[in-house]
Amino acid sequence: MVRRERKRTGRPRGVVAATAFFCALFLVPHLLDDAWVAVLTLVLFFAFVGQAWNLMMGHVGLLSLGHALFLGIGGYTTAVLLQDYGMTPWIGIPAGALVAAMVGAGIAWLGFRFSVRGVYFALLTIAFAEFFRILFSNWPLIGGTGGYFLRVVPEDNVPLLSLRGGADHFYYLFFVLFLVGLIVSARLVRGRIGMFWSAIREDEDAARALGVRSFRLKVLVVAVSAAMTACGGGAFALMNGSLFPNTLMGMQMSIQIILAPIIGGLGTLFGPFVGAVFVVLVLEFSRDLGQTAGVYGLSTLIYGLTVLGVILYMPEGIWPRLVRLAQPLRRDR
Amino acid sequence: MSRPALQVSALDGHYGDAQALAGVSLTIEAGSFVSVIGANGAGKTTLIRTIAGMLKPTRGEILYRGRRIDGLDPADICELGILQVPEGRLIFPSLTVAENLDIGGSLRRTRARRRQNMADVFEMFPRLAERRRQKAGTLSGGEQQMLAIGRCLMGEPDLVMLDEPSLGLAPNLADEMFEIVGWLHREGRTILLVEQNVEECLARSDRAYVMENGRIVLEGRGAELMADDRLRAAYLGL
Amino acid sequence: MVELYLKVAAGGLLIGTVYALIAIGLTIIFGVMRVVNFAHGEMVVMGMYLGYALWTLFAIPAIPAALIAAVVLFGLGVFLQVTVVSRFVGRPQHSQFILFIAFALVITGLHLMLMGPDARSVMAPISFQTYSVGGLRLDAARVQAAATALVMILALVAFLRFTFIGRAIRAAADNPLGAEVVGIRSGRVYAVTAGIGLACAGAAGALVSPLFDAQPFLAPEFTLLAFIIVIIGGLGSLTGALIGGLLIGVAEGFAALLINPAMKSMFSYGLLIAVLLLRPAGLFGGREAR
Repeated sequence: MVRRERKRTGRPRGVVAATAFFCALFLVPHLLDDAWVAVLTLVLFFAFVGQAWNLMMGHVGLLSLGHALFLGIGGYTTAVLLQDYGMTPWIGIPAGALVAAMVGAGIAWLGFRFSVRGVYFALLTIAFAEFFRILFSNWPLIGGTGGYFLRVVPEDNVPLLSLRGGADHFYYLFFVLFLVGLIVSARLVRGRIGMFWSAIREDEDAARALGVRSFRLKVLVVAVSAAMTACGGGAFALMNGSLFPNTLMGMQMSIQIILAPIIGGLGTLFGPFVGAVFVVLVLEFSRDLGQTAGVYGLSTLIYGLTVLGVILYMPEGIWPRLVRLAQPLRRDR
Repeated sequence: MSRPALQVSALDGHYGDAQALAGVSLTIEAGSFVSVIGANGAGKTTLIRTIAGMLKPTRGEILYRGRRIDGLDPADICELGILQVPEGRLIFPSLTVAENLDIGGSLRRTRARRRQNMADVFEMFPRLAERRRQKAGTLSGGEQQMLAIGRCLMGEPDLVMLDEPSLGLAPNLADEMFEIVGWLHREGRTILLVEQNVEECLARSDRAYVMENGRIVLEGRGAELMADDRLRAAYLGL
Repeated sequence: MVELYLKVAAGGLLIGTVYALIAIGLTIIFGVMRVVNFAHGEMVVMGMYLGYALWTLFAIPAIPAALIAAVVLFGLGVFLQVTVVSRFVGRPQHSQFILFIAFALVITGLHLMLMGPDARSVMAPISFQTYSVGGLRLDAARVQAAATALVMILALVAFLRFTFIGRAIRAAADNPLGAEVVGIRSGRVYAVTAGIGLACAGAAGALVSPLFDAQPFLAPEFTLLAFIIVIIGGLGSLTGALIGGLLIGVAEGFAALLINPAMKSMFSYGLLIAVLLLRPAGLFGGREAR
């Protein structure tokens, strides 16, 4: 489903649009109130993490249904290093990314070594995620199901140093992560490695026959995806101040992670963002509706029906559909 | 001239964007033996699958006894009396021989006569009768081929389409296979045979078509084609 | 001591039979349609709620309730298959996954709206009765649930062996292309299969309603449990699902006894990982792991 958006003729237009978009995002905290900032922070979080997941799925075709595992690894590593060892998140987050990369590489290595494919691979990711979630839930060191709590920031907190601050601060933290994530993804996907990944996705056997080292490249994409996700997890932990294994590492979270890129548009660069906007907005909207109507469960129902609608009528995703609508005069599909 | 049993006109077929059939036209007279030959990938199996309704043509039409059948469900086409002995046999490995045959005979028009038909098939293929309770997956290649033909017969076909029935069989079994196909023809059925084994085909065919890259490139009476130089060069290595 | 182990083993076998019924529903759907029903647990919970409602409103005990639940969920399965799932048969796996997640959300939403988030217990006399078998005391509800589940499984096996559509289902599972060749109408076969799959889940749910409290959030646990059994037994294999169900029932019982009960699922997941790596076709899955 990858469409290399070779906007030859539209390039100046594309660049202008993208710059305008990022400027708009940058200015949000100055233009909108705290409630909106909080919502958009969440959007950027899911967009960033969704983009990380998208690397594995959209570009190499590996379905991970247990991605929340890496969120948890990143979150707990960052939090524990900060709280129990006094290490700044500037070290903690990369550390979390490293651990996640190793765990991800390990799982990938096992999976590929034993030729676990298709739906079995997806189930393998679920199994590992659940296994570790239960492990973390029963690990006294990190508080188990009771949760792990970060101490409140001291009076003389310097947000840039401690990476903890107010709503605006976290907005920019996730904005930077999202931007960096996009740039890194774009570089990888449009470079040589991305080309090999596409080849593997299209026909792994043919690629290997041509000398592409598919095993290594597949382990690589999982490691990169895991590391990115873990960074998101670390930032998420700092923002929330508390971690619970069942929410942070559970199936629900894994599902939420993948909803955004699938609904937004797999394999595209902007799909995860559009999907994240959709997912977060629908969630907020349905929650509000449920609360005003006073009916428990209405929000879940509406959420489910909306997702159902999108997946039925916009199978490639919202972003590709929008692109097509906006450019009816384009020659190719 | 009697109305042709099957008439294919200007058929185009696509797999996604790739064109598999281009402007294919052929005519099969009722009761005749028609062969389609060509190399791998020429489109022979695609043609059979399109006639059988498993693939929808992107252009053209298929008439059976004057009625349009392109676009019909495969199950409906089976009910009309057009049945396949498909490439690779496609029998059901975990079902027994008897069950495989039973399913073949479960079409609406043949359901009532299942028992009798199965007895006939067993008489014709004693080896299958011996193995009636065996799982079809345990049969040898030749036996599976017999099962595939038997299963087809259970459906009381008027038009039988066979896709490479001799593929993968030892020479003596392949010969047996052609004998059976000949017998099917003599019993009054219309035969469409797709093969790579050119000599056997042409020797028995009333009419033959040669396909290449999804097109018909040569057609004529079986005997004529046997003598055709181009054909001999391309397919018989002479 | 031995008596305790026997009790745990017996209890495990009993609940395992019901687990097997759930797993059979999942495996038949996958075996025939190559579609993974990630909302299977939600269907089980629906059965539980049906069991609860039928008891509370009409004093219908678990066994007839299970039959009613089977019929209702059969209808639901046919409906969903014909209207929605049939459009997804060729689509990529992630699309199918999201479809079933959407189903799960919608069903959970409806459960919450109709029944609220609190657990619903069936307080039937049977919940407190026990049978004495060879010196062991066994929960009557468990024994009845297991017996009914077993009968249903045998009925299903007979259906698949002796009826035309049952054979058609087996044929389609064996060789979908071959089924098309012989004129089997896949639409009908898939609809019946979906119906059967969901009926198994619903019936199992109704059977356990006297044993566990009905709650929407049990659903993911049931889904994952069904997966573990189906993978271990072999995707598409009924025998595998049966044996797998019994195995998991007993294994979980012992794991809860010998290891920390909260960690008994960890054992199941560890087992799942091992099977996925070492023998993905499972115990009885003959087909090559896709």
